[in-house]
Amino acid sequence: MYTKKVLKHFRHPHNCGKINNPDGTGKVGNIVCGDVMWLYIKVGKNKKSQEFIKDIKFETFGCTAAIATSSIITDLAKGKTLKAALKINKDKIVKSLGGLPPVKLHCSVLAADALEEAVYNYLSKNKKEISIELQKHHQRIKKEKRLIEDKYKDWIKAEEKMHKNGKRINNKK
Amino acid sequence: MVKKSEKTKNKKGRIYLDYAATTPVDPRVAKTMLPYFTTKFGNPASSLHSFGQEVREALEESREIIASALGAKSGEIIFTASATESNNTALKGIAFANRNKGDHIIISSVEHDCVLNSAMWLQSQGFEVEKLPVDKYGLVNPKDVEKAIKKNTILVSIMHANNEIGTIEPIREIGKICRKNSVYFHTDAAQSFGKIPIDVNKMNIDLLTASSHKIYGPKGAALLFVRKGAKIEPLLHGGGQEFGLRPSTVNIPAIVGFAKAVEICQKEIHHVKSSKRGIPSKTKLFDGVKKESQRLTKLRNNLIKGVLEKIPDSHLNGHPKKRLPNNANFWFEFVEGESIVMTLDSYGIASSTASACSSPKLKPSHVLLACGLKPSQAHGSLRLSLGRWTKEKDIDYVLEILPKVVKKLRKISPFK
Repeated sequence: MYTKKVLKHFRHPHNCGKINNPDGTGKVGNIVCGDVMWLYIKVGKNKKSQEFIKDIKFETFGCTAAIATSSIITDLAKGKTLKAALKINKDKIVKSLGGLPPVKLHCSVLAADALEEAVYNYLSKNKKEISIELQKHHQRIKKEKRLIEDKYKDWIKAEEKMHKNGKRINNKK
Repeated sequence: MVKKSEKTKNKKGRIYLDYAATTPVDPRVAKTMLPYFTTKFGNPASSLHSFGQEVREALEESREIIASALGAKSGEIIFTASATESNNTALKGIAFANRNKGDHIIISSVEHDCVLNSAMWLQSQGFEVEKLPVDKYGLVNPKDVEKAIKKNTILVSIMHANNEIGTIEPIREIGKICRKNSVYFHTDAAQSFGKIPIDVNKMNIDLLTASSHKIYGPKGAALLFVRKGAKIEPLLHGGGQEFGLRPSTVNIPAIVGFAKAVEICQKEIHHVKSSKRGIPSKTKLFDGVKKESQRLTKLRNNLIKGVLEKIPDSHLNGHPKKRLPNNANFWFEFVEGESIVMTLDSYGIASSTASACSSPKLKPSHVLLACGLKPSQAHGSLRLSLGRWTKEKDIDYVLEILPKVVKKLRKISPFK
């Protein structure tokens, strides 16, 4: 089901852990399946005085694919300028892993979102210019998060209510 | 982290702890089946010649062995190809045959998908389906069944033991209530048959599903017990085999294997080492089901105790006592089930999870949610199911590896 590369990254993930006082943090969750991914970045300046990702680490609560995509995106992003890092999309992640099962493709979206959010967080914290595209993406991620969270809340509430009251679910048409 | 030496050690012998998913065919079963592929290949429907006759005899003998294991009559056992088929036949067959009497069907919220989805399909055909809640252990309250039965109720289908969490439902009580109210009672015993005693008469069961491949028989054989006189429609229409309830040329090798598997479960011959007076070994005949159940219960209890003691923030799913002897199911905080299963597999341990990530629909287990777990909690579930070839040293090995696996994954997780 998984490629060798996915399993390699899953079993021995790269750049796993936390960065103390990160310059940017991206916290995303795919609450459809329940996976959560946190990405931390440290930003430096290269010789051309371009901002680049000096260090990057992740923490992930999720499946094999979620952990492997987290690991590979840190490899792909490390050392890259912010501009170049933002070009890492889900297709690039999937390709680098030698493919993902169709049902797991959403994990690659989660990783790309986490990186974008980390960069967005860095730029907005430092009151830097944020491209319209990135702003749009941030709005989308925020909106999706809210939507899914709302759906999720109802789901939990319904279950809790059912058990509290011992009420039967009547599946009338 | 797990040491390399442990990994290599285990490459030699893998440990299978997913017996609830399926079991290997017992070599004695395979041996019994073999002639029915080659020499005894006849069609039991062609009983005018000896080729058909000898196979017909084998079929009816198998039916008798299995019927007696359930306390049923042999004319009440119908062979099918899978537990899914048996459950579909039970629900749809009873529903359509008794539509003139009523259209209300009661199931529990922890049924296997094949019961659940059969019921949902019936709902789409105009039947009314009521799903009963369960308590935190996954138990249905018989009083809820009694309250739910209405004038137009035709069928109650509550599983004997749950496939995920192993909880054993109070089907004797439920059966009694159904009998009192003249409502058909079906139970899916795919997980319990051959593992804990069943008597269809004492338990007031009208229909029962059981499967071969869960008890060291081959895949492709299952049964539906249908009490004599029950009004039921077949799913298939054809040449009248299996009392007209399941027309199709019967899968003789699989059925013969199924019967042999039942026989082994029932009267297992155990070689018992007696320490008294230095007698090396004695062959004794035991009630196999009970004996094996005691052995597995002991191993399973050690496993549960060990896991809960060694792994902080770990919880048991299902009932602590009213559960199948071979089932252990946990949830671990802050880690995801699929990644536990995958990591265990790299150490040669086969297990199972009901996390959303492992399901094709990306939904957490309906069983765990019905027991009151939040989706994020169901995310960290792990099922370990034991079987005939599980040894004490296997459990020791799991208790050595699993805590390390959970610890490693927690290190990766943002929640700790």
